[in-house]
Amino acid sequence: MTLLELQGLTKAYPGVIANSDVSFDIHKGQIHAVLGENGAGKSTLVKAIYGLVRPDQGKMLLEGVPFAPSDPRAARAAGVAMVFQHFSLFDAMSVAENIALGMENPPKPHALEAQIRKASEDYGLPLSPDRIVGDLSAGERQRVEIIRCLLQNPKLLIMDEPTSVLTPQEVDILFGTLRLLAANGTSILYISHKLEEIRNLCQHATVLRQGKVVGTFDPREMSNREMAEMMVGKDLNAPNRVPSPRGAPLLRVAGLSAPAPHQFGTALKHISFTLHAGEVLGIGGVAGNGQDELVAALSGEMRTDADMIALEGRGIGADGPNTRRALGLCAAPEERNGHAAAPDMSLVENAFMTAHTRLSLVERGFVDWPASRAFAQAVIARFDVRTPSPETAARALSGGNLQKFVIGREISQNPRVLIVNQPTWGVDASAAAAIRQALLDLASAGSAVLVISQDLEEVLEITDRFAALNEGKLSEAVPTAGLTMEKIGLMLGGAHDLEVAHAQA
Amino acid sequence: MLRLEKRPQPSRGWTYGAPVLAVFLTIVLGMGLFALLGKDPLVAIRTIFWDPIFGPFAHFYRPEIIKKAAPLVLIAVGLSFGFRAGIWNIGAEGQYIIGAICGAAVALAFYPMDARWLIFPLMIAAGVLGGFLWAMIPALLRVRFNTNEILVSLMLVYVADVLIKAFSIGVLRNPEGFGMPGSRNLRQYPSAANLDLIPNSGLHWGSLVALFAVIFAYILFTRHHFGFQVRLAGQSPRAARFAGINANRLVILCLGISGALAGVAGMFQVAGPSGQILGSFPSFYGFTAIIVAFLGRLHPVGILCAGLIMALTYIGGQAAEAQLNLPAAAILTFQGMLLFCLLAVDVLTNYRFRLGQGEAR
Repeated sequence: MTLLELQGLTKAYPGVIANSDVSFDIHKGQIHAVLGENGAGKSTLVKAIYGLVRPDQGKMLLEGVPFAPSDPRAARAAGVAMVFQHFSLFDAMSVAENIALGMENPPKPHALEAQIRKASEDYGLPLSPDRIVGDLSAGERQRVEIIRCLLQNPKLLIMDEPTSVLTPQEVDILFGTLRLLAANGTSILYISHKLEEIRNLCQHATVLRQGKVVGTFDPREMSNREMAEMMVGKDLNAPNRVPSPRGAPLLRVAGLSAPAPHQFGTALKHISFTLHAGEVLGIGGVAGNGQDELVAALSGEMRTDADMIALEGRGIGADGPNTRRALGLCAAPEERNGHAAAPDMSLVENAFMTAHTRLSLVERGFVDWPASRAFAQAVIARFDVRTPSPETAARALSGGNLQKFVIGREISQNPRVLIVNQPTWGVDASAAAAIRQALLDLASAGSAVLVISQDLEEVLEITDRFAALNEGKLSEAVPTAGLTMEKIGLMLGGAHDLEVAHAQA
Repeated sequence: MLRLEKRPQPSRGWTYGAPVLAVFLTIVLGMGLFALLGKDPLVAIRTIFWDPIFGPFAHFYRPEIIKKAAPLVLIAVGLSFGFRAGIWNIGAEGQYIIGAICGAAVALAFYPMDARWLIFPLMIAAGVLGGFLWAMIPALLRVRFNTNEILVSLMLVYVADVLIKAFSIGVLRNPEGFGMPGSRNLRQYPSAANLDLIPNSGLHWGSLVALFAVIFAYILFTRHHFGFQVRLAGQSPRAARFAGINANRLVILCLGISGALAGVAGMFQVAGPSGQILGSFPSFYGFTAIIVAFLGRLHPVGILCAGLIMALTYIGGQAAEAQLNLPAAAILTFQGMLLFCLLAVDVLTNYRFRLGQGEAR
């Protein structure tokens, strides 16, 4: 029984065709995956179904009736709900208040709380309606969004990259819920680029590449490699590593503690680790467990006692970012727009921003723009950044391209120690592979690399040792070889609320 | 349906085209306004925009425009540093007044000594220092106690206003002034006077310094590391921290620069066009300069043009009041329309109009 039928959807933006003649069906109670690289047109497609984008051509049929939502409200009224990758929640309000804000006609508060409790139990999503959202983990926040959708009894639930912020155990809880929903007749459109998940969860998958459907298949019958190559359209190489002996300790962090920088931040508690020349150390953890604070403390944005962080024996904890850069420590924070790069500035200016110390781009107070431009061009060429020119504003670049530029900018300064947070977040598969390879090459050349990532597959793929960050505390680092997803999950402190709600038991 | 869409990059064409379009729109709207008041719209516009520059009495108006524009440009250029960095000095008027008091006090201390080579430079230094120190009050309070520099600098305007009234009837009062309030007229003290360098040109030392400030700021913004830091801090504060920019140092430098330039503008004004320390010396230049800074898009060259246009509407407006019997309120309305149009048209730089269905949420 078909729920939603897409017929020849086409949507073009100036200079790019986001969707070209996309057709497929979603059946009732089906979990249907849409796979594709960043920029393949997944977002445009789901936005069209959710009424955020109006297609240029083609039509949609919902239960056989023509369906052309003019805005998300119309889509919701027709029974389509969507959980976005980025949550739209207010930290300072309770779960119930946040849910009421997203509803057309919210019921009275106590009635709503009862509904939330019921949905939470029915679908095995542990969530208490009176908690403050700012205190919730990313997985719990996502449950708020999901329950907000479920209270509208949707026929079709769209999930956009839902697992990027979850621990493996939280993923299991989520998948349990989705299977339950599907069994009860709700269709789910599941957007992802994580192949293993799709194989676990979905019976049908549609692959998009450059806006076109390049295949529809049962993911349980395909290998990861086949699916990945279909997504990318070419053969993929796993990153390879020239093995290098572990060298002298470069960065030593000892008893690093710092109070939370703001109300919803995380305090760092006695973090200790040593980073050796030639190695890649991975720090995993669910977002909001102190990653940002750790990066800030290491990059120099947040000052600590000098002795807490030592670079080649010299205490640098009290030094600013540029002093650390001069000594050989470079960093790339997670947020590209507005943190690692200034969105309204050109790539040349963004290159100058962090590279001027190590490359001596300031002469008697004046900026050496020609040299900065040459450096930006070198980064663009070496890391295959797609941009019309180095003068283009950073905000005009796609996420993956800007990420390549940001990481490339730091690597090209030949740092002794490189700190990266979420190096491949929101980056398409081939760009991610290029970034990972560049990080490995840097380590092979004798530098030390610290990769902080929530992408556990990435951590397993490129790191030599692994440590877990949980509520501001760092576990002992262990060799990555021999680690499994389950072990990592336990190191991360397991899921928040591991016991699945009663109804499912 | 018409809707706005953010441009991927600011439009170069509209960056320069928008002010031209705004002036054109103002002229059209202003003609409507003047027609409704029963005046010939073409004559009114000509009186305001054309006659002061090209009319038969332009030789009288032109120096006035330059004299009016000089302090506006000088103060606005200083303010543009802070405004670009997100540091809001609203109290330039106060720094301007204190600069005038300090400059005049130095001159009066030496009166009637005949040593311009010594006195005039000392006055400049006193004006700079006075404005700088007055701006340091909000700067240090913000750095040390995280107070709001908008409020502190603004309230210090009222303090300065009281101070100049007190000085004009107190220690700086002209001893030969028959008890009238006000200091000696510095225009009549050759060692201190800031007169036109070429008679009737409007070009006094203040105008020249304003021009230098424009060039200096332009170089600083485009070529110097400090200008880069200012721009980065204003556009992306988090990225600025990541780039290792010391926010406190920036607060002190930006408030210091704007205070120093406002102070020296006050000194040139009191030694030149105004002539004496008097309770009525403050004339809102420090506030009008905020408007000039934004009209000029915080760009030094833009500020130069904006200052001249502002001055033109003042001088032309006065002429229209006198010659056409236009009410003063109509001129103020017209100036308001100019500002409104400039700011409204500004949206085209970063946005474009699109016909059709909206796509943003």
